[in-house]
Amino acid sequence: MPVETQAPPVTLSKEEILRYSRHLIMPEVGMEGQLKLKRASVLLVGAGGLGAPLGLYLAAAGIGRIGLVDFDVVDFTNLQRQVIHGTKDVGRKKLDSAAESMLDINPNVVIDRHEVALTSENALDIIRNYDFVVDGTDNFPTRYLINDACVLLKKPNVYGSIFRFDGQATILAHEGGPCYRCLYPEPPPPGLVPSCAEGGVLGILPGAIGIIQATETVKLILGVGEPLVGRLLLYDALAMRFREFKLHKDPECPICGEHPTIKELIDYHQFCGVPAHEPEPAPGLKEGEIDPTEVRAKIDRGDRFVLIDVREPHEYQICNIPFAKLIPLGELPARVNELNSADEIVAHCKSGMRSAKAVEFLKQAGFRKVKNMKGGILLWSDKVDPSVPKY
Amino acid sequence: MAKVLIPTPLRQYAGKQDSVELNGGTVGEVLSSLTGQYAELRRHLYNDEGKLRSFVNVYLNDEDIRYLGRDATPVKEGDTISIVPSIAGGRFHAG
Repeated sequence: MPVETQAPPVTLSKEEILRYSRHLIMPEVGMEGQLKLKRASVLLVGAGGLGAPLGLYLAAAGIGRIGLVDFDVVDFTNLQRQVIHGTKDVGRKKLDSAAESMLDINPNVVIDRHEVALTSENALDIIRNYDFVVDGTDNFPTRYLINDACVLLKKPNVYGSIFRFDGQATILAHEGGPCYRCLYPEPPPPGLVPSCAEGGVLGILPGAIGIIQATETVKLILGVGEPLVGRLLLYDALAMRFREFKLHKDPECPICGEHPTIKELIDYHQFCGVPAHEPEPAPGLKEGEIDPTEVRAKIDRGDRFVLIDVREPHEYQICNIPFAKLIPLGELPARVNELNSADEIVAHCKSGMRSAKAVEFLKQAGFRKVKNMKGGILLWSDKVDPSVPKY
Repeated sequence: MAKVLIPTPLRQYAGKQDSVELNGGTVGEVLSSLTGQYAELRRHLYNDEGKLRSFVNVYLNDEDIRYLGRDATPVKEGDTISIVPSIAGGRFHAG
């Protein structure tokens, strides 16, 4: 007698039949479709803005096994959009908080927790164990990594991306279809991506894009409808308009084209020109920096100096140092005549990056006595005035 | 006249406008008239060799100009040119 090695056939319990009844009564899903969902496995990379609606709806839909990849902790600034986490979860691992919400909605789902950053070393081993991948990440290196791993393993990658009021979605690497490199061969150099002054995201936006990704994932599993393959969908929340563009497979694509030159995963941080880890702020002061406590002391002593705030007016409204004069970085070249190069000048911003640029600009403009307030208004809040809110 | 749709991240370099109506017989001419009007846009669209950057796509109506005639693609009255840069989410926006 041959040994029976096949897993027992997947069936639905009485509870599951009731739970999925609104699926089961639709011929496009039906019992067959619901069992396809239950047999399916999906890897969800990122339990943040896009991952929140994805996790909730994919669990509710009855996907059999969902892998979550995240190594982050829930933070207060996440709650404006990451609806899978609650206020009580601040400080918890996103993996635990997300899994708890998903299992609360549907305890029939098996959740694999991958508490790692996806890297060139682990991506193939993790992705290999799933039928579909959903990209809910927030940075270019991981997006190119997921793309390349999905192309190499021939796994469909349901892609979504957001910025402020705009979203993009498409399905990549599906049955030899176009990949992310066909769409965008290279990432922008870090200097050209908008700084935090222009960043931000409407909290509802990842909801809309995550729902589109979840819809496409479920359709792929069911094999129904017209998948978002070979089409880039753009969503503009401000205009409330969807637009669609043709997305071609590039015959010269370095990974999925006719003569691929990339045959294994590469170093994606190097490819994107960004450090693998945010550099730790150096202890002590760098050349040209001044500590917030020293700025406070100068104000208290009545020292003659000018403090300029180079953030945007809407940031100034959130919190400010009353003594500071607001000159947004972008306006500094046109307003430099408001400053006197004989004065001692200290510049500050949110965290110290933009004010470093302002100091650099002023020095080139001939100012000699300019300093950058280390750590910006965030460190001011930590070290000088805790009543100043952080954002 | 063709309508050029400016994406959110680049509007700050285009007088905060979301679209601009411009003349030109080809996509290249329309875009050069755009960057003539808004000089700062140029370095965001083109690299030092004057080639369209590889993280910015340009579409004539719904077709990628890389699959038409690139900059030489003819533009008709009433066409829409869309500039669509890659977006990744929130990280690496140094501040």
